[in-house]
Amino acid sequence: MTVTSEATAAQGAPNDALRKALTSQIRPSRPNPLTAVRVSAWRTMRKMKHYGVAVLFDVTLMPIVFLLTFTYLFGGAFAGSTKEYLQYFLPGVLVQTVVMPTVYTGTALNMDITRGIYDRFRTLPFWQPATIVGSLLGDIVRYVLALTTTMAVGLALGFRPDGGVGGVLSAMLLLLVFAVSVSWIFAALGVVAKAPETVSGTSMLVMFPLVFTSNIFVKPDTMPGWMEAIVNVNPVSNAATAARGLIHGDASGSDIGWVLLACAIITVIFAPLTMYLYRAKSRS
Amino acid sequence: MSSPSTPAVETAGLAKVFGETRAVDGVDLVIPQGVVYGVLGPNGAGKTTTIRMLSTLLTPDGGTARVLGHDVVKEAEAVRSRVSLTGQFASVDEDLTAAENLELLARLLGFSRTQAADRAEELLAAFDLEKAAGRQSKTFSGGMRRRLDIAASLVITPDLLFLDEPTTGLDPRSRNQVWDSVRAMVALGTTILLTTQYLDEADQLADRIAVIDHGKVIAEGTTGELKSSVGTGALHVRLVKAETRPEASRMLTRLLSAPVFQESDPFALSVRTDDSERIAGALGELARAGIAVSDFAFGRPSLDEVFLALTGRPAEDTTADQEEDAA
Ligand SMILES: Nc1ncnc2c1ncn2[C@@H]1O[C@H](COP(=O)(O)OP(=O)(O)OP(=O)(O)O)[C@@H](O)[C@H]1O
Ligand SMILES: [Mg+2]
Repeated sequence: MTVTSEATAAQGAPNDALRKALTSQIRPSRPNPLTAVRVSAWRTMRKMKHYGVAVLFDVTLMPIVFLLTFTYLFGGAFAGSTKEYLQYFLPGVLVQTVVMPTVYTGTALNMDITRGIYDRFRTLPFWQPATIVGSLLGDIVRYVLALTTTMAVGLALGFRPDGGVGGVLSAMLLLLVFAVSVSWIFAALGVVAKAPETVSGTSMLVMFPLVFTSNIFVKPDTMPGWMEAIVNVNPVSNAATAARGLIHGDASGSDIGWVLLACAIITVIFAPLTMYLYRAKSRS
Repeated sequence: MSSPSTPAVETAGLAKVFGETRAVDGVDLVIPQGVVYGVLGPNGAGKTTTIRMLSTLLTPDGGTARVLGHDVVKEAEAVRSRVSLTGQFASVDEDLTAAENLELLARLLGFSRTQAADRAEELLAAFDLEKAAGRQSKTFSGGMRRRLDIAASLVITPDLLFLDEPTTGLDPRSRNQVWDSVRAMVALGTTILLTTQYLDEADQLADRIAVIDHGKVIAEGTTGELKSSVGTGALHVRLVKAETRPEASRMLTRLLSAPVFQESDPFALSVRTDDSERIAGALGELARAGIAVSDFAFGRPSLDEVFLALTGRPAEDTTADQEEDAA
């Protein structure tokens, strides 16, 4: 026979800890935007820490595979010798290294939205775009790790930066600025996409043309005129040219200027767009 | 501003349309402060949509809603500062630990670093999650996740807490923990609006209940009022011989003073009643009259039965599971 019986046993004494927690009267004033951004960046870095070495693996595997195959397979054909090619190619690989993982920003943002924490954020009183800005900035850790690892592999393979340590560091700094700017594009995509998989799928459609129609792999002067024109206006090419220049100590002001201009244009378009889309999301 | 007599929630003709679906279709509710209010309804009834509008996550398409005296559209900020929502699906960051989740929210609410850490610790203790404080929440069981989610809604103690199906999918132990927290919260002055698919849960916790279906309120009242309109329990009897059913039916009608339903199974009868003493007597009478009973069960009506009683038709796509069968 079955009888209704509530498991009333667990209905024990009132829980003191619960009472204490519920009578807390702290009502702080809202955090300033800077604090909110810092907290959000902290969150992104904590997540990375929990993922541990997997993060490093994720972001460096692809560039290192490219570095090895292109250098040893095509290097001789492209530039006469493997060694010669590496001198040209490595700064380009660094660009690829930082540009590829910018997609993660979009995926992470989309996960927040689709997995529900976004609902919680929206009811809190802080400056809402802080979660986006914070995660963009937190991702810099990822880029630094990726750049350092790729550079180390390059050096081990015999790459020699003529611009010395200063050249390498300034190139990395420029590439970090570039990566953060590019990540706004994927952040926008992350806000509109229906699912995280859509972000990574769609991103590849943007990423591959961007990376391959550039001067990362080969000098564009052997390409047909129209292709050369495309390659030359691709901001990825500008970034690669500037990085090459800085690393080898022969960068011109205009090389760097073009990159910064591209960064500014991308940011000015995509940062406000992302924030607008984020605020407008799903209140309909 | 709101005095204690301001209703916690007051809606008039509240509506939300998604394409063709009238998810919420003219809901009028008045919920006083200091109570547990239950919103009962099957899948797709519009519970979540209603709660999301009340917690300012969704803009209504029609009607008005005031929460603690503030309009949910025009004074969304004021509403947000006083309410909290624990959604139907977990809304914590699965990659972060329990402690990190709570600290994150506290920091975003304006707590200092040490305040945030203290508050996290306090809440983890309150919800029996201390041992799991340093574990990524994706490794949590359903019950732990729920508790963390509720804790996350209490970083600042809200005046009104929305709980959207807080116990769906939990085992009885976890469900009881959630129920205890709800009781403690309301005892300490937080008004609670919870949705559920289980009449049983509404019965255990809620002072008043609204039953909604297809976006409309189809019944509203105290648990007592609803009980008398529906009946809280049902006796199901299965006879050994189908031909004894008419006699058994007559006897049960007389002994329990309640109408007896002839079920489609020719051996089965059911009576809506909650008087367990008279049930015991009636079963004895049947035996003495030589009517052999192969099986009987006494349980609370399922949401299906409530619906049948309230609307005269079964609730569609209801997944109300009969927890009493597990006892
Ligand atoms: N964002 C949306 N877009 C389209 N339709 C929606 C959306 N949200 C809800 N609906 C529809 O509105 C109706 C009410 O949904 P709601 O989620 O409020 O129901 P519910 O009572 O919470 O159900 P459940 O018990 O399954 O959680 C359903 O028919 C649902 O399909
Ligand atoms: Mg729901």
